[in-house]
Amino acid sequence: MTMIFGVPLAVFMGQLLLGLINGAFYALLSLGLAVIFGLLKIVNFAHGAMYMLGAFTTLLGMQYLGINYWAALLLTPVVVGLGGMLIERVLLRRIAHLDHLYGLLLTFGLALIFEGSLINFFGVSGARYPTPEIFQGGFQLGFMFLPKYRAWVLLAAIVVCFATWFIIERTRLGAYLRAGTENPSLMQAFGVNVPLLVTLTYGFGVALAAFAGVLAAPLYPVSPTMGSNLLIVVFAVVVIGGMGSILGAVVTGLAMGLIEGLTKVYYPEAANTVIFLVMILVLLLRPAGLFGKEA
Amino acid sequence: MNQVVEQPTRSEYRDHDGAEMLRIRDLHAFYGESHILHGVDMEVRRGELVTLLGRNGAGRSTTLKAIMNMVGRRTGSIMINGTETVGMKAHRIPRLGIGYCPEERGIFASLDVEENLLLPPTVRSGGMSIDEIYAMFPNLYERRRSQGTRLSGGEQQMLAMARILRTGARMLLLDEITEGLAPVIVQKLGEVLVQLRDRGMTIVLVEQNFRFAAPLADRHYVMEHGRIVEEISAAELPSKRDHLNALLGV
Repeated sequence: MTMIFGVPLAVFMGQLLLGLINGAFYALLSLGLAVIFGLLKIVNFAHGAMYMLGAFTTLLGMQYLGINYWAALLLTPVVVGLGGMLIERVLLRRIAHLDHLYGLLLTFGLALIFEGSLINFFGVSGARYPTPEIFQGGFQLGFMFLPKYRAWVLLAAIVVCFATWFIIERTRLGAYLRAGTENPSLMQAFGVNVPLLVTLTYGFGVALAAFAGVLAAPLYPVSPTMGSNLLIVVFAVVVIGGMGSILGAVVTGLAMGLIEGLTKVYYPEAANTVIFLVMILVLLLRPAGLFGKEA
Repeated sequence: MNQVVEQPTRSEYRDHDGAEMLRIRDLHAFYGESHILHGVDMEVRRGELVTLLGRNGAGRSTTLKAIMNMVGRRTGSIMINGTETVGMKAHRIPRLGIGYCPEERGIFASLDVEENLLLPPTVRSGGMSIDEIYAMFPNLYERRRSQGTRLSGGEQQMLAMARILRTGARMLLLDEITEGLAPVIVQKLGEVLVQLRDRGMTIVLVEQNFRFAAPLADRHYVMEHGRIVEEISAAELPSKRDHLNALLGV
């Protein structure tokens, strides 16, 4: 059997794939955080809760309304995104003129409320969402076994990340978003409805988190705490990539997943901390992040 | 996207030539607790080029910002083409056909030159085409793929002007467009203003460089302490020159 530095190839590739899948979730979530931070200047601590709500909506939608996976993939981001827009209109807008720290506190409080209420009804143990029929089984690649669903998650995450990048960097609406990030009052003076743009942006960022939640539902146990566990790592990813950089969020997310996977192969004890070590290094050497602009 | 940029309806814009384009009455403007404008009264007729002169801090830039609803709070009356705008949301005011060029130019670093140029939404038909704009500012065409803020100061100023010409705005509010620029660029901007006036644009120019503004303008308003203290027509200018110099402290 082929060995890589004393590890069987299949094990090595398997961990790399797991890392890449985790990285895809980091990328989707840090992308949403970056988009929201860009225009609203809010560190959205409710992002993990939105991811969790995405997974829960998918699970409950199937259990009570018989909504299948594909419909959930489409509907859940819309529903959770609309909820996010409501939060922006009713809550975040009222404190938009205050220090950004208030936005952080408010979203953190919201996350605790969402988590707490769901724990109250469903407990913390979590439930399983079945893998959709079409994704049962996998591909035998020779050097490893690739479960179909994991391949799909990777593909879907990369497509959505690329589409988001394209919208922001290559379209007219994206130009409004970038310009609104820099100078919102001048954008108003050009006739752009910036408050509406802010609402849509928050809704979009939240919808990305919910989309990640749907993808995660068949992969991880759906539990009220699944978001907060993930969010801490995602914040480290955002710090490493640089706040507000779209491409940085995606590339760093995938790269950190891979680094985590590699660490699992060679020094499993450090797998949970390696990303934070990278974060410390980056903060020491490049405080604005790998893709961030120095202030 | 259509919601973000609401399309103007025809009825919002009434074309009556020679008529009053802008009428400001007893305008007060505030930034937080500070009271900046103390009852500004002025009017601008269609096709006129009017300057706002005055020393630093007299309230000239704030008057333009107040027209665009970019100050904290404002009271009084600002009629644009017969429409009262004091209660209007900021993003609706440009839709009355107003283009604003801020003092700091406001070129976006995250957009290239052409994206900057195409950024402001069209507010009504009849704006200059992108080809006409590039003909007027050939430098911008050559540098259209550069990052907006990589341009020289003069090119950034031209970009800031050019992008509001595309929108179809019929009244331009220009804040200190010659500030800090080389004489050859200032001359070019003067030529552009003449072309715009010939196209029938209404222009309100906040200017420090009186020698630049004097030959272009139909009328001058002089501001002091947040009020208009003097109105001087182009014809009166020669006889009032000394008086004006005393007011401006030059």
